[in-house]
Amino acid sequence: MAQTVLAIAEQAAGAFRKVAYETISTGRKLAAELGGSLTALVLGSGVQEIAGQLAEYGAERILVADDGALAEYTTEAYCQVCAAAIADLAPAVVLMGASSQGKDLAARLSARLNAALATDCVALKWQEGALQATRPIYGGKILAEVTLAGQPQMATIRPHTFEAGRASVQGTVEKIDLAVTPDRVKFIEKRMESGKVDITEADIVVSGGRGMGGDDYTVIEALAEQLGAAVGASRSAVDEGWRPFSDQVGQTGKVVSPNLYVACGISGAIQHLAGMSSSKVIVAVNKDPDAPIFARCDYGIVGDLFEVVPHITEAVRKLKAG
Amino acid sequence: MEIVVLLKQVPSTESLVTIAEDGATIKTEDVNWIISPYDEFAVEEALRIREAVGGSVTILSVGPDKATEAIRTALAMGADKGVLVNDPAAVECDGLGTARILAAALKQMPYDLVIAGQRAVDDENFQVGPAVAEFLDIPCITLVIKEEMGDGVIRCHRTMEGGTAVLEAPLPMLFTTQRGLNEPRYASLPGVMKAKRKPLENKTLADIGLAAADFSQPLVRVTALKPPPQRSGGRMIEADDAQTKAAELVKLLHEEAKVI
Ligand SMILES: Cc1cc2nc3c(=O)[nH]c(=O)nc-3n(C[C@H](O)[C@H](O)[C@H](O)COP(=O)(O)OP(=O)(O)OC[C@H]3O[C@@H](n4cnc5c(N)ncnc54)[C@H](O)[C@@H]3O)c2cc1C
Ligand SMILES: Nc1ncnc2c1ncn2[C@@H]1O[C@H](COP(=O)(O)O)[C@@H](O)[C@H]1O
Repeated sequence: MAQTVLAIAEQAAGAFRKVAYETISTGRKLAAELGGSLTALVLGSGVQEIAGQLAEYGAERILVADDGALAEYTTEAYCQVCAAAIADLAPAVVLMGASSQGKDLAARLSARLNAALATDCVALKWQEGALQATRPIYGGKILAEVTLAGQPQMATIRPHTFEAGRASVQGTVEKIDLAVTPDRVKFIEKRMESGKVDITEADIVVSGGRGMGGDDYTVIEALAEQLGAAVGASRSAVDEGWRPFSDQVGQTGKVVSPNLYVACGISGAIQHLAGMSSSKVIVAVNKDPDAPIFARCDYGIVGDLFEVVPHITEAVRKLKAG
Repeated sequence: MEIVVLLKQVPSTESLVTIAEDGATIKTEDVNWIISPYDEFAVEEALRIREAVGGSVTILSVGPDKATEAIRTALAMGADKGVLVNDPAAVECDGLGTARILAAALKQMPYDLVIAGQRAVDDENFQVGPAVAEFLDIPCITLVIKEEMGDGVIRCHRTMEGGTAVLEAPLPMLFTTQRGLNEPRYASLPGVMKAKRKPLENKTLADIGLAAADFSQPLVRVTALKPPPQRSGGRMIEADDAQTKAAELVKLLHEEAKVI
């Protein structure tokens, strides 16, 4: 029996999120491992145009659920469309990004389909007829290897962890018929912080902790701007009211895995590490040579951040200027 | 307003979690146990809603005898009663199994509002809340940072990448918590004394109409636990002044780590 991998590609305001490409790429790899094919699914309103872009990452068949009722994400409407597509395709595997939307959708869908779900995976493979997933638990203090059973088997992938490799194929875009019954949950409005890259989506995150000593984050923001980075914070800085909750990195904040994480004036408490230890490269700037963060970073500078960080910003500026 | 909080006892966030000999479970001897932080937000929000509109707050948990402590703590914070589903057959449950048990228990009690954590900080499934809602066929809003109770409806501010979405759902419904929702109160000493006399019921799977055999084949099975890859420990950049250190760092990030 031909086996299909269904990869749900998340878009926001008419553009795919980066994790959508990572999902497609991962789906392609799994499809190869199970000797099957990859189908992508895009949900939204007015998304027909962008759907073809998924072929550049290896989606041969792209299903589009394009409906006004899907303009804004609501759980039940999206769940209904996905459940119908899954009933139709009978995929072996269903993948999506572990974003706020993907985690919400995957959880409800798993219950509706009575399907195994592994959330926030950092590695996936198809082996011995089952999905084998690796996922951090206990705030990243442990990695669990889990084996899924049943059909379909579902996984959400941690953003920034899987490669979004290009694999241009000839993709066919098909619009699927749907009749979405109105969601019991009513979407009222969205309040976006304009121009701000979410820390979970940024390639580079520069964070300031209690060592900032106050709500003036100018030195951090200047470095972030020079690097094209998002600004994060420790819980202490958030508790002090210096930064919004949405910037908090850690066990009770966001989990980020950027290519580069720069921790300034952050001691490296275990709950903070829970949110950033899967970053590819970690830099710490701290005036205390014994700060625990130095045992968990790749590069460390002992010094006053207000002195060191502006010099880093300047050095990056020079590098960019060539 | 009948409010039910789904609460799980977990190792404290600062606990050193180590892998047991069997390679698939953790050592529990030296662990300090707490209410999962997101569930603590759920208890606090439930108490605030009860304080505003009246009603009662019930704590519902699936766990071993030990989980009684976490329920008592929530009762000491001010919750009215507790229910612990305690059955050896429930130990091996995956997220869906747990959700099925919680939903079955909920079906036996009155509820207008169910509050859960967005995720338990041990298994980090991010699954149980929405799955319970699905099994009860009620709406669910996850990652709620603010709620406003209306007449038969609740308005929730849900966090998402780069902002929040405002959503409205009819009761009964379930929502899951996000940090920023509130600051949980501490259990006061009189609260602790009172909690000892509050009702705490123990139930088995049979009591809520489920059979142990339904839970013998979890769909998600842990085959091994391993420590995460360790960083070798910081390469300290030494130089006489901050400017030279900064320049050296940027050079390394560019040429060696290739991240900028
Ligand atoms: C249940 C629970 C959940 C938690 N969740 C989180 C979470 O999600 N995220 C999180 O971050 N924390 C979390 N914490 C809190 C965590 O335990 C720490 O308290 C917190 O991370 C400390 O923040 P910090 O490193 O900014 O502050 P501190 O630990 O106070 O460290 C400040 C650091 O700044 C350095 N410093 C000071 N001035 C300067 C300067 N001028 N230049 C350079 N360095 C300087 C100091 O040497 C020190 O190392 C949680 C705690 C609990 C109990
Ligand atoms: N054993 C349990 N008993 C009661 N509630 C639970 C249990 N497991 C999970 N929950 C609830 O579901 C939430 C999410 O858990 P999880 O999906 O496992 O990350 C938790 O924050 C609790 O509110």
